[in-house]
Amino acid sequence: MESTVFAARPHVVGTENTVDQAPAAPVEEILTTVLANDSINDEYKHLIVTASPKALTAKPGQFFHWLCPSPDEGDLWLRRPQSIYVVDKERQRLEFLYKCVGRGTNGAATLKPGDTFNMVGPLGVGFSMEPGWKNVVVLGRGVGLATLAPISQLIAENGIGATVILSARSPDLAMSGDLFEKAGAEVITVTDTDGTSAVENVEAIIEQRVADNRADAFFTCGSNRLFMLMKRLGKKHNVPGQVAMEQIMACGLGPCYVCVRTFEIDGVKTLKRVCIEGPVFDMQEAMGW
Amino acid sequence: MVDLSVKIGSFEMTNPVMPASGTFSPEMEQVMDINRLGATLTKTISRELRDGNPPPRVAEVECGMINCIGLPGKGIEYFLENQIPDYLRFSPPLIVSITSTIHEDFAAMAREVTVPGVKALEINISCPTRDPNGGNFALHADETAETVRLVRAATDLPIFVKLSPNAGDIVSIARAAEEAGADALTVANTILSMRIDTHSFRPSLGHKVGGMSGPAVKPIILRMVYQISKAVSIPIIGCGGIVKAEDVVEYMLAGASAVQVGYASFRNPTAMVSIIEDLEEWCDKRGIARVADLTGAVQDDMETDTYIAAAAGI
Ligand SMILES: Cc1cc2nc3c(=O)[nH]c(=O)nc-3n(C[C@H](O)[C@H](O)[C@H](O)COP(=O)(O)OP(=O)(O)OC[C@H]3O[C@@H](n4cnc5c(N)ncnc54)[C@H](O)[C@@H]3O)c2cc1C
Ligand SMILES: Cc1cc2nc3c(=O)[nH]c(=O)nc-3n(C[C@H](O)[C@H](O)[C@H](O)COP(=O)(O)O)c2cc1C
Ligand code: FES
Repeated sequence: MESTVFAARPHVVGTENTVDQAPAAPVEEILTTVLANDSINDEYKHLIVTASPKALTAKPGQFFHWLCPSPDEGDLWLRRPQSIYVVDKERQRLEFLYKCVGRGTNGAATLKPGDTFNMVGPLGVGFSMEPGWKNVVVLGRGVGLATLAPISQLIAENGIGATVILSARSPDLAMSGDLFEKAGAEVITVTDTDGTSAVENVEAIIEQRVADNRADAFFTCGSNRLFMLMKRLGKKHNVPGQVAMEQIMACGLGPCYVCVRTFEIDGVKTLKRVCIEGPVFDMQEAMGW
Repeated sequence: MVDLSVKIGSFEMTNPVMPASGTFSPEMEQVMDINRLGATLTKTISRELRDGNPPPRVAEVECGMINCIGLPGKGIEYFLENQIPDYLRFSPPLIVSITSTIHEDFAAMAREVTVPGVKALEINISCPTRDPNGGNFALHADETAETVRLVRAATDLPIFVKLSPNAGDIVSIARAAEEAGADALTVANTILSMRIDTHSFRPSLGHKVGGMSGPAVKPIILRMVYQISKAVSIPIIGCGGIVKAEDVVEYMLAGASAVQVGYASFRNPTAMVSIIEDLEEWCDKRGIARVADLTGAVQDDMETDTYIAAAAGI
């Protein structure tokens, strides 16, 4: 046996080494193959990888924990959480939309088609749709647009209508609109450049949907300002809501308690782990995005 | 066939690999077969409900990580009622890690967690983000001895005492623990450390300082295991920076009877199982029939005469 630097012998998709150490376990460490990793604007890249059958069970709002290659001469020592953008069961692929912000994501940006990419998943609790919901309102900004995108798959599967408000600095950063349009949703893009992203304007759009009886549930991710707005309107009109949260992680699986955020349940503050009790939480229980 | 079984005194394991406290929970069954482990080990529990430290609770550093979790937990009652049964769903023997800031309470907790199904106790007197008066008793020999003595009187279970690499003279602490009745020593907890963000000029951790773990600490902890094994006759559990089978071999050669794995499971969640499999393969290739024979097998009769040593080639 060669002296390996690390212990990992993950289940490898598409090669002979397909020994699954724990067939009953819902999560696995997989070596995916990169199919594409292209910039879609100045800040975001769109990654497409091959996926194993387990990985393809990923639900909207769940995430994968990436072992990113290094962008420099050093090495990376912790994984990076990234929510699923598209689960393409037909072509057996996973898609991600990620913003290059630091060493991990800039390392991921160096991946080329054909490269192998190690990730753990699918992880966490995703979004859910309740029977009886006919129209929902989705409000996102920044990275939140990537996390909210697979809601388009949920509404299509469940025959639910949606108003989707994409907030961005400029029109080129308003991503995921095409996915929602294909799912039959009404997509409204609001931007800083033309001033439409102002809270008062977004509030008016949501109030209108509530008045029209087209807001059975709220979904948000990506901006504290917009989260606070939706939480307030949800409370005012008694509309249930879900928010996808973020926190720095280590294990991604529950044991380490690195990823806690504060929640308030019946007036009592408590900490919950984003990786296993979330990342999707009840909007009224979350204290801030 | 390699015999992977080891003993820590009377505590028997089918292989020498167990998780490090705080890096494992039954939730790991999401991704691995927990029954493959040599033992299971709980997160350190305290008597009271604890929220832990303000986030951020982790910072990545070269060759490892720093954490400042701060021992969160739902308290001993919740633990006994809900968490013990959860651990007992799995076949490996269960070790419970406990801590307190008061010697007498440490003993009382040991008595309370001595319940059917629990096979050993790990006494965490070495959480690095606590001060010597806050339960970090492993910084001082007398405080260590006092805790171990009281816990010894409170339970018949094997007691593993988790030492601190932050102690000035860890060997004397190890001796004090042995004399006070420890059955084994876990060497060691994390190394107190810090990172500062050069963009914001702020500490990277919410608690400002935290405990370092991962491959960076392995040479330091390995040296401690080696020195302690020369000074005590009770078994040692090596813990710090293990990421592969050869690291386990190194710790065992230095004197460890078993090992704990923490950080590696964050990088590769099935690392412990891979390490067990690789260890078997390693022993097989080397013709080692019993992994337990590796304990203390380091050949350290080095040439002491520099001229003779330097006269030989490499
Ligand atoms: C459940 C979840 C889903 C996410 N989904 C997406 C997504 O779909 N697209 C996307 O662009 N980003 C997403 N993020 C944020 C993404 O994880 C961070 O941008 C990324 O970890 C930054 O790593 P870095 O090394 O490039 O940055 P650095 O700033 O160098 O990171 C340093 C450390 O901080 C952590 N960190 C930094 N920012 C965040 C953050 N916002 N959330 C969590 N950890 C962070 C890193 O993991 C790393 O440990 C998600 C985060 C979570 C928790
Ligand atoms: C996130 C985290 C939480 C930990 N919590 C505990 C704990 O509750 N009790 C304890 O005795 N050690 C705790 N430790 C220390 C580990 O048990 C172990 O001593 C240390 O991480 C060194 O091993 P490693 O390099 O393999 O991670 C923790 C370590 C980490 C990384
Ligand atoms: S990242 Fe470890 S518990 Fe969430």
